[in-house]
Amino acid sequence: MSSLLIQGGRVIDPANGRDGLASVLIQDGRIVAVWGTGEPAPGIPEGTSVEDATGLIVSPGFIDLHVSLREPGHEEDESTASGTAAALAGGFTSIAAQTDTSPVVDNRSAAEFIRLQAERAGNCRVYPLGSVTKQHKGEELAEIGQLVQGGAVGFSDARTPVANAEVMRRALEYTRMFHRPILHFAIVPELAEGGVMHEGFQSTRLGLRGIPAAAQDIMTGRDIALAELTGGRLHIMCVSTRDTVNRIRQAQSAGIQVSADVTPHHLLLTDDVMDRFDTMHKCLPPLRSSDHVQALITGLKDGTIAAISTDHQPLALEKKQVELDIAPFGICGLETALGVCVKALIEPGHLTWAELISKLTAGPAKILGLPHGSLTPGSTADITLIDPNMTWKVDASTFRSRSRNTPFDGQTMTGRVVATLVDGQVRFRAGR
Amino acid sequence: MQLADLPISGPWGERHLLGLERLTAAQLNTVLDLAAHYDQVTNGGTERLSVLKGLVVANLFFENSTRTRTSFSLAARRLGADTVDFTASSSSLSKGETFIDTALTIEAMGIDLVVCRHRTPGAPHLLARHLKAGVLNAGDGTHEHPTQGLLDIYTIRKHCGKIAGLTVALVGDIRHSRVARSNIHGLVKLGARVIVCGPSTLVPNEIRQLGVDVAWSLDDILPEVDCVNLLRVQFERQRGAFFPSIAEYANLFGMNGERIKKAKSNLLVLAPGPINRGVELTPDVADGPHSVILNQVSNGLLIRMAALSLLAREHQEKQDAA
Repeated sequence: MSSLLIQGGRVIDPANGRDGLASVLIQDGRIVAVWGTGEPAPGIPEGTSVEDATGLIVSPGFIDLHVSLREPGHEEDESTASGTAAALAGGFTSIAAQTDTSPVVDNRSAAEFIRLQAERAGNCRVYPLGSVTKQHKGEELAEIGQLVQGGAVGFSDARTPVANAEVMRRALEYTRMFHRPILHFAIVPELAEGGVMHEGFQSTRLGLRGIPAAAQDIMTGRDIALAELTGGRLHIMCVSTRDTVNRIRQAQSAGIQVSADVTPHHLLLTDDVMDRFDTMHKCLPPLRSSDHVQALITGLKDGTIAAISTDHQPLALEKKQVELDIAPFGICGLETALGVCVKALIEPGHLTWAELISKLTAGPAKILGLPHGSLTPGSTADITLIDPNMTWKVDASTFRSRSRNTPFDGQTMTGRVVATLVDGQVRFRAGR
Repeated sequence: MQLADLPISGPWGERHLLGLERLTAAQLNTVLDLAAHYDQVTNGGTERLSVLKGLVVANLFFENSTRTRTSFSLAARRLGADTVDFTASSSSLSKGETFIDTALTIEAMGIDLVVCRHRTPGAPHLLARHLKAGVLNAGDGTHEHPTQGLLDIYTIRKHCGKIAGLTVALVGDIRHSRVARSNIHGLVKLGARVIVCGPSTLVPNEIRQLGVDVAWSLDDILPEVDCVNLLRVQFERQRGAFFPSIAEYANLFGMNGERIKKAKSNLLVLAPGPINRGVELTPDVADGPHSVILNQVSNGLLIRMAALSLLAREHQEKQDAA
C-alpha cells in the first residue's frame, strides 16, 4: 500500500464546493480524504510520503475535451507519447483524442490503437473520440456502437463539419442510444472557404479574406434545432462568436441538451494581432474581434460555456513557415493553457480561481461523462498542483510537444503548473 | 550624384516600404518630392544616373506582372543598380521549398534590395522579418501596392497642383484591390476626401473606418469629384460572382463618353491598369482629354526610382553603422 499526503495547499475542488486550506490523503491511487482546519482528520498510515503544497493550489487534474495527437499518420506533428507528455506539463490528466488521424478513427480498432499507444506512453489518461461519419466524409455514419465498445467517449469529425443536415440529424438520434455527445465543429463551409481570419474591419484593412461570425452562428443554429428535434446531445467546440453564445444560452434555458467549450487563445487574443501576418495566429475558428471576446467571457461567467479546451493542434514548423493563405490552421495549446487563462480571465478579474478550475475539470468531465474532475473520496487521484504567482516565460523550444506553433513564444505568463499527478503518482514536475 | 547627396526634402527613416498605411504625410511627401526631383534632373526619367551604382536589386515576383516588374527593373537600372529577376509562377511550396528559404537563398547571393510581388497579403512583411536586405512591396495580394498608390498620388499632385482639399473617387472592386487600400491611406493622410464607389458586394462596410465615404452610384457622385481612379475588375481574385454580369458592371460603373459629361470639365481620369477596355472605361475616355493613364506609367518610373533610392540610403547607412 502506497500513500501520499498533500498538505499546506489551497485545495480548490469546484465539484464539491471546496476552496480553502486543506490536506488531501491518497492511497493506492485514489483519494481517501480531503479535510480542512477543524474538519475531522483521517488516520495517516505509517510510511505515508508528504508533498508540501504550501503556496500552491491543489486542483483536480485538468481535462481537455479535444486534443489532436496526430498519431497515426502525422507523426511529424505529434505522437501519442509527445502529446500526452505535453498534456501533463499543461496540468492535464485526462484528454479526449480527436479523430483527425490518418486514417481517421472511424472504427473500433482505430480507437483501440489510440488507447494502446496511450498505455505504452504511460503519461496522462487518453479517451478516444470516434468519428461521426466514415472517413469524415459526412455521408454515412461511422460504426458508432463498435466505437463505443472500443472506448470512444464522444463523437466528432474533428474540424470537418457535418454539412449535411440529414446526416447530422441521424447522428444525433443514433448516439442517444449510447448516451454520448456529438462534439461538432460548427461552421458553414461555404462561408469559411478560403478565409484566413475573422471578417471585419481588420480583414478589410489587411486585405485578408475573412470568415464571418455568421459561419459559426448559422451552423450552431441548425445544430440546436436538430438537437431539439432528436433529443440528442450536442456539444459545440471552439465557440468564438457573440451570437453563438447567445443561441446556446437560449437553447439551454429551453432545456435542449447543448454544451460548449472555448479555447484559451480565443479568450486572450483578438483579430488585431493579424496585422503581423504571423501564421502562428492562424487558427480555426479565427481569432475574433474584442466584442466577441467579451461575449465569450460573459458566456463563461454565466455558465453557458462549461469548459475550456485547448483544441491542441500541433503542426510541424515547416508547415507554418509559409505564406499565410497556405499555412494550415492551428495552435499548439496544451502547455500554455493555464498561463493564457490566467492572463485572459484571472488577471482582469473575470473569473475566480475556483471558476476557472471548474471550466478545466468538473465542467469538461460532465460533458463527456468521465469519472474524473473532482477530489471526491474514492475517485482517481488525478491532481494538478499550481503555483498561482509564479511568473515564467514561454519558451517553445522546450515544449514537450513535438510542435512549436504557438503565438505566445517569448511571452511572460503568471501561474504555472508545478506538478501533475495521475493515479496518485507524480508524472510531471516542473524544473525550477 | 551619390546617394548621400540626394536632395531629401523631409523625413524618411524606413528600411522597408511595405505599405502606405504606416507612413506619415511628411514621409509620403519625401517620396513625392524626390520623384519630382528625378523628373527634373533626368528629363522625365529618361537619363541615367549612378546613384545606386554597385547595388543589386532583386525582383522577386511570385505573381505574374510584366508591367510592374519592367517598371522596377528600369527604375533600378536608370539609377545605375544591377538587377536580377526571379520569377516563380507558382508557389515555392510546390518544390518543397518554403517561401522564406527561397528568399534566404536569393539574399545569400548578395542582394541589397528586394522588390517583392506576391499573391498573399503580408508576404513582403514576412521577408522583411527574415532578410537583412531592404524590402519593397510591389503588391501583396489584396492588401497594399504602395508604389502604385504613390504614383497615382504623384500624378494627381502634378496635374492638380495639390492633394489637400480634392475629392477623389476610387471606383470598382474595392474589396479585392490593393491599389484602393494604398490610395486610401495616402490620399486621406495628405488631406483629400476619398469616396469609394462600386457594387455593394465589392465595397466592405468596414472600409468607412479607414476615413472614406462610400457610394453605390457613380452618377450621384460624379459631379463633385476632381479625380476618378477606375480600378481594374479583378476577375482572378474573386470568389464566386460578386455581380451578375460584366455588361451590368459596365452599365453601372463604367466610365464612358456619355457619363463623363456629368463630371467637372477638368475631371482627371486615372486607371492603374492593365485596363479592360469597355469594362472600367470605354476607349474614348481612355484615350480622351481627361485621361492621364499613360502619364501614370511614366510617373511610376519616377516614384520607383525615388522609393529605391530612399531604401538604398537607409540600407547603406545601416551597413556603414555595422
